[in-house]
Amino acid sequence: MINLKINNIPVSVKEGTTILNAAKQNNIKIPTLCNYPDLHINSECRVCVVEIEGRKGLVTSCSTQVREGMKIITNSPRVINARKTITELILTNHDSNCNACAKNMNCELQNLSNILGIDQARFPSVLKMEPIDDHNPALVRNPNRCIKCGRCIDVCKNIQTTNILEIMGRGQSMKITPAYGKYLSDESCTFCGQCASVCPVGAILEKDETDKVWDALHDERKRTIVQVAPAVRVSLGEELGLKAGSIVTGKIATALRLLGFDDVFDTDFTADLTIIEEGNELIKRVTEGGTLPMLTSCCPGWISFAETYYPEILPNLSTCKSPQQMFGALAKGYYAEKIGWDPENLFVVSIMPCTAKKYEAQRPEMRHDGKHPDVDVALTVRELGKLIRQMGIDFESLPDSEFDNPFGITTGAAAIFGTTGGVMEAALRTVYEVVNKKPLEKLDFTDVRGLKGFKETTVNLGGADVKVAVVHTLANARVIAEQIKAGTSPYAFIEVMTCPGGCIGGGGQPYGTTTEVRQKRLEAIYKVDGKMVIRKSHENPAITKLYEEYLIEPLGHLSHEYLHTHYHQRKKQKPKHKNVMATY
Amino acid sequence: MLLDKILEKYPQQEDSLLEILLAFQDAKINHFISEDEVRQIASYLHISEAKVCSVLSFYTFFRTENKGKHVIQVCGGVPCHVESDFNVAKTLEKELGIKVNETTENQQFTLEYTSCIGLCDEAPAMRIDDKVYTKLTPNKIKAILAEYRVYM
Ligand code: SF4
Ligand code: SF4
Ligand code: SF4
Ligand code: FES
Repeated sequence: MINLKINNIPVSVKEGTTILNAAKQNNIKIPTLCNYPDLHINSECRVCVVEIEGRKGLVTSCSTQVREGMKIITNSPRVINARKTITELILTNHDSNCNACAKNMNCELQNLSNILGIDQARFPSVLKMEPIDDHNPALVRNPNRCIKCGRCIDVCKNIQTTNILEIMGRGQSMKITPAYGKYLSDESCTFCGQCASVCPVGAILEKDETDKVWDALHDERKRTIVQVAPAVRVSLGEELGLKAGSIVTGKIATALRLLGFDDVFDTDFTADLTIIEEGNELIKRVTEGGTLPMLTSCCPGWISFAETYYPEILPNLSTCKSPQQMFGALAKGYYAEKIGWDPENLFVVSIMPCTAKKYEAQRPEMRHDGKHPDVDVALTVRELGKLIRQMGIDFESLPDSEFDNPFGITTGAAAIFGTTGGVMEAALRTVYEVVNKKPLEKLDFTDVRGLKGFKETTVNLGGADVKVAVVHTLANARVIAEQIKAGTSPYAFIEVMTCPGGCIGGGGQPYGTTTEVRQKRLEAIYKVDGKMVIRKSHENPAITKLYEEYLIEPLGHLSHEYLHTHYHQRKKQKPKHKNVMATY
Repeated sequence: MLLDKILEKYPQQEDSLLEILLAFQDAKINHFISEDEVRQIASYLHISEAKVCSVLSFYTFFRTENKGKHVIQVCGGVPCHVESDFNVAKTLEKELGIKVNETTENQQFTLEYTSCIGLCDEAPAMRIDDKVYTKLTPNKIKAILAEYRVYM
């Protein structure tokens, strides 16, 4: 333990602790701007400066470790003035039009200005306005709001290994952009939205589609159908003021009805369906000698990563569409037929933890009739929060209600899709029982649970031990992709999720997602699973009925039409004027 | 290919980036690194193009366009032509020994047209890098160029 004094109060903390954390542990607040719990950013903003007795200059508390006997002052007039000036200078290069910004009341720069008591613009603006990049279906990058903290670079480079955003230039004219200041859509961006998730200001946001949803809800001719992804029920609460890890499944169903949706369904239903199709696909590949390891395909960020960076392994991807898209196809195909409704007048909205789902919904393959998108709009959890606030709904006091039938009957296996390891566990619960023709003794596959980046386990299927793995973040996805390329992958089946923690840590989740918050959402998801009456997808009676009534058999003709897809090598956009030698 | 030959000499790791860029720009005839070449370097080193661009943009001695040290933009707006009894572009072409959209052999000047500079009342006008010059005459142009040649 290291003994030191902060603001004359003796404290002792573990060796290696930063001054910032030492202060926090002792309830002394030091304002920060670039610092973020899970990232590696050092001294970009200098807002966190403090004074150390015996040292001339101020030091950044987020990157300086405590030493024995240090005497630190966090709130001298000099420190407070310095912080204020630093922040005021940041503001001179920032488009502070807070009322017209989606980050209003949720912005770290705004909050900081408030804490520091900034109530006037002391220095004139030096901002040179630049064009906004909204040329893709998922994200909007507004460089005029960027404060160059470097968080987006760190996630994109070190967690996702895509390194799309970088520092360009230096000094006054320094910018954070893709190569040559191009659009995100011109680069190999996966639209995972992790950059948007950590951006302290409104410089990277999801593309807002709430207007489209309001229009459809108020259009007399349209029947509006909504589906809710597994991870949303353990996170929407945060967006509306509840504690991290609150389970709000019943309140979501009620809120969606109040918003005016005609059918309130659950993506968990098609998660169960995914398990049946994907499980059978796996069994088929193993028994008939198909391409192995088979890779899960429910995460669109991962799909575009594979399509761009590892086209060699596309045959390894399961051909199953994601639950979102299986749902869309069934809603506009099977369900429209069943209720006798013209699919042109069905409007399908999905509530997703994800920004890449917006991109997925727009993919041309995701139109089973070849014309209309199966999912019209994918909203993030944050956008649903916005709808609920706009509607004046007091979310906390809402009573619970159930999802509608038939796509509302679901299992615990589907619920855990929302976290890393969940798809694997759900698949194993089904594949084990189908192959071994006996019930599982223990449903919990604890080896594949938790936030570890690379997990593996072995299951006995039909007398043979089969190895499976679970990875999340694209850095780990790269590891398994390289193994497959090199022919050294020891696994038969691998679950891949783009976001840290899987969808509970998705790019469309409420702001402030840290490891601590992910852990709480994850625990909540397993709680949901534990409380379900049915916990295996193949025991979902509504799924059985769907096969009897319509699909007939897994991997059958209709399954192929509605539930499966194919993948393409995705090349970088070619620069318009030159010959390209793309080697990606 | 020149770039292939240079790349071969370096290990495929990010640390080599700066050296590769320096060696290549130096060896290439018109001394600039194009977008395709950035792509090729990135792919050789297994890093992103953004990373290569970031390094290129950090150091002022790298050039990413086939352009001279100074870019001279001649206003293509109507008043600049009507107001003058001489032609700014023609004068510059003669002085520099190049045509519009070309770069002098010593990589000092690139000449190009631009849309209206917005100083029509002081026509004719031209811009060199960030600086605007107005009410041009042939002699004024000569003097300005001389200044750039000597001091900048
Ligand atoms: S969306 Fe993901 S891949 Fe694209 S720039 Fe952001 S972090 Fe990088
Ligand atoms: S875009 Fe956001 S996260 Fe990225 S550097 Fe700018 S302010 Fe920081
Ligand atoms: S892990 Fe989930 S939230 Fe993240 S990109 Fe994939 S599907 Fe979207
Ligand atoms: S928070 Fe410490 S330098 Fe930005």
